Amino acid sequence: MEPYLKHDSIAALMDRNNVDTDQIIPKQFLKKVERSGFGIHLFHDWRYNDDGSDNAEFELNKPAFKGAKILVAGDNFGCGSSREHAPWAIADYGFNTIISTSYADIFYNNCFKNGILAIRVSQEQLDKVMAEISADEGVRFTVDLENQQVITPAGNGFNFEIDPFRKGNLLSGLDDIGLTLKHVDKITAYEVTHKQNFPWLWA
Amino acid sequence: MKKTMYEKIWDSHLVVDEAGQAPLIYVDRHLMHEVTSPQAFEGLKLSGRKVRNPHSILATMDHCVPTKNRDLPIADPIAKKQIETMADNCRENGLNLYDMKNPNNGVIHVVVPEHGFVHPGMVVVCGDSHTATHGAFGALAFGIGTSEVEHVMATQTLPQKKSKTMQVVVNGSLSKYASAKDIALAITGKIGTAGGTGYVIEYTGSAIRELSMEGRMTLCNMAIEAGARAGLVAPDEKTYEYLKGREFAPAGDYWDQALAYWKSLTSDEGAEFDTTVVLEGADIAPQVSWGTSPEQVVGVDGVVPSPDSFADEGKRKACEGALAYMGLTANTKITDIPVDLVFIGSCTNGRIEDFRIAAEVAKGTKVAPGVTALAVPGSYHVKKQAEDEGLDKIFIEAGWEWRDPGCSMCLAMNGDELTKGQRSASTSNRNFEGRQGKGGRTHLVSPAMAAAAAAAGHFVDIRNL
Repeated sequence: MEPYLKHDSIAALMDRNNVDTDQIIPKQFLKKVERSGFGIHLFHDWRYNDDGSDNAEFELNKPAFKGAKILVAGDNFGCGSSREHAPWAIADYGFNTIISTSYADIFYNNCFKNGILAIRVSQEQLDKVMAEISADEGVRFTVDLENQQVITPAGNGFNFEIDPFRKGNLLSGLDDIGLTLKHVDKITAYEVTHKQNFPWLWA
Repeated sequence: MKKTMYEKIWDSHLVVDEAGQAPLIYVDRHLMHEVTSPQAFEGLKLSGRKVRNPHSILATMDHCVPTKNRDLPIADPIAKKQIETMADNCRENGLNLYDMKNPNNGVIHVVVPEHGFVHPGMVVVCGDSHTATHGAFGALAFGIGTSEVEHVMATQTLPQKKSKTMQVVVNGSLSKYASAKDIALAITGKIGTAGGTGYVIEYTGSAIRELSMEGRMTLCNMAIEAGARAGLVAPDEKTYEYLKGREFAPAGDYWDQALAYWKSLTSDEGAEFDTTVVLEGADIAPQVSWGTSPEQVVGVDGVVPSPDSFADEGKRKACEGALAYMGLTANTKITDIPVDLVFIGSCTNGRIEDFRIAAEVAKGTKVAPGVTALAVPGSYHVKKQAEDEGLDKIFIEAGWEWRDPGCSMCLAMNGDELTKGQRSASTSNRNFEGRQGKGGRTHLVSPAMAAAAAAAGHFVDIRNL
């Protein structure tokens, strides 16, 4: 995983609540056995017309949002299916940051495994940030994970909370499994006790 | 300190709990299917790691498998490759796989309980959000992403944040023809699809105690639809009776030992939940979803709501969008909505009890002209049991298609799908845009409601049948 660095980037606006992972990456693209190449299918059913051309009505197709790394979206983003293909598609498309009031649990976990910073803000903060993008499409925000800060040109920036463990992993680009395996002796010891207490699970 | 069942399971599975990092919890059972595992196996191989405990894993093929003409090669080459990759991965790692031809094959969350693979008090994961199903046994069961699938294979643990606890009490008894599915939809309607985010729900109350194990599975299955990490029902005599004698259930002396442990798991009298939601069983009418989110539901005797009826701006906009997508007008009576296709099946409602009650409604009826009706058992065992009871004949005589098991139209990956504008009555769990096919319109209902809609060609208040 690439370390997450401070950056400034276009912030794209998706003013919809309850965007589910079926919309982020529809099921017809879940049959691949690789992790890569999902970006072109991101939001497929909204993004493309039936003939395969770009749907000009879809917000992310606006020229002002091209190249955006920050996605600002409505409440309960990423609900539904556990498919990690959703963050794979989001990251492959080029986003590394999402700003919303809330996320579904599984999706939220999946983001951090793929170098995506999912930022939670209050409804009031989100409204301000959304209004700033609406008034100035193509506006660039600065995201500074180290200092847990988002800065915007119109002064709607804010500080955000993040679990220190997730923050550390994003900043270092560390592999979770490697971290866990540092505790392999404790896992082995747990299993010894587990076998004594619950022998039927190991029969 | 008095503890909830969730806290008891959490505490007994804590492997590492140190400042500055997420707690590591131990995983007892790991369930797998073909869609969310291949990239995890690839990652494992690339890093030179091995599956730590192959016996903790049970795998099936369900999402992409055809539900008819199983003897023919899979027509979709990408699906075929995914199926073959699953078989290769399981063989190379020595994992127990119920492949497409195996008599134990079926939808993962239907198959696993059939074999007694999940017990009370376990921590159970699967790369599938409907893993919550197994909370019906008093196991902490939740969906994970593919990176986490790899993590569990390599370490048998997961870094997890402790959830908050929510108690959902359903008092009294359900009325006739209201089912576990209706409870699940009513709860989602009440608290919303984000209402349970950050929580593990424990379902309590007499209406929950009265549910069969199948009903409890249906209920917990949809905990995720209310945003919860997991759903739990405390084990009781029904749980023990269900498990006893199954292949992976404890046997001999172990049975008594396990039983004593299971009985200690229930939430302590007076244990505190972070929040409590109460419903009256008798108030729950058979539910029908009208929109594109499982929270957009109403009783069958109701009408399609008007956007103006929502005070919340977000919900009003969501209603407008949903009505446009669903091709519905506000204030239309639910019973006036026609259907084109009816689907009974899925990990939510693909068990024997579901087919029994649907057959009871379908018996002696005919599928309405222009309607297609699919009965897709959740497993080969469900299929065989139904056939032994003669249920298949009831469906076939009524004009239904009687299929082989699979996820089928729940997520329409295998070729069973709606075409643009087609409207379904479906016993599955999600009515998201395009879930059952691009432009398809899904109404979530119980098996009895689905069977009644197939015969009438529109929704019917089954309490009046």
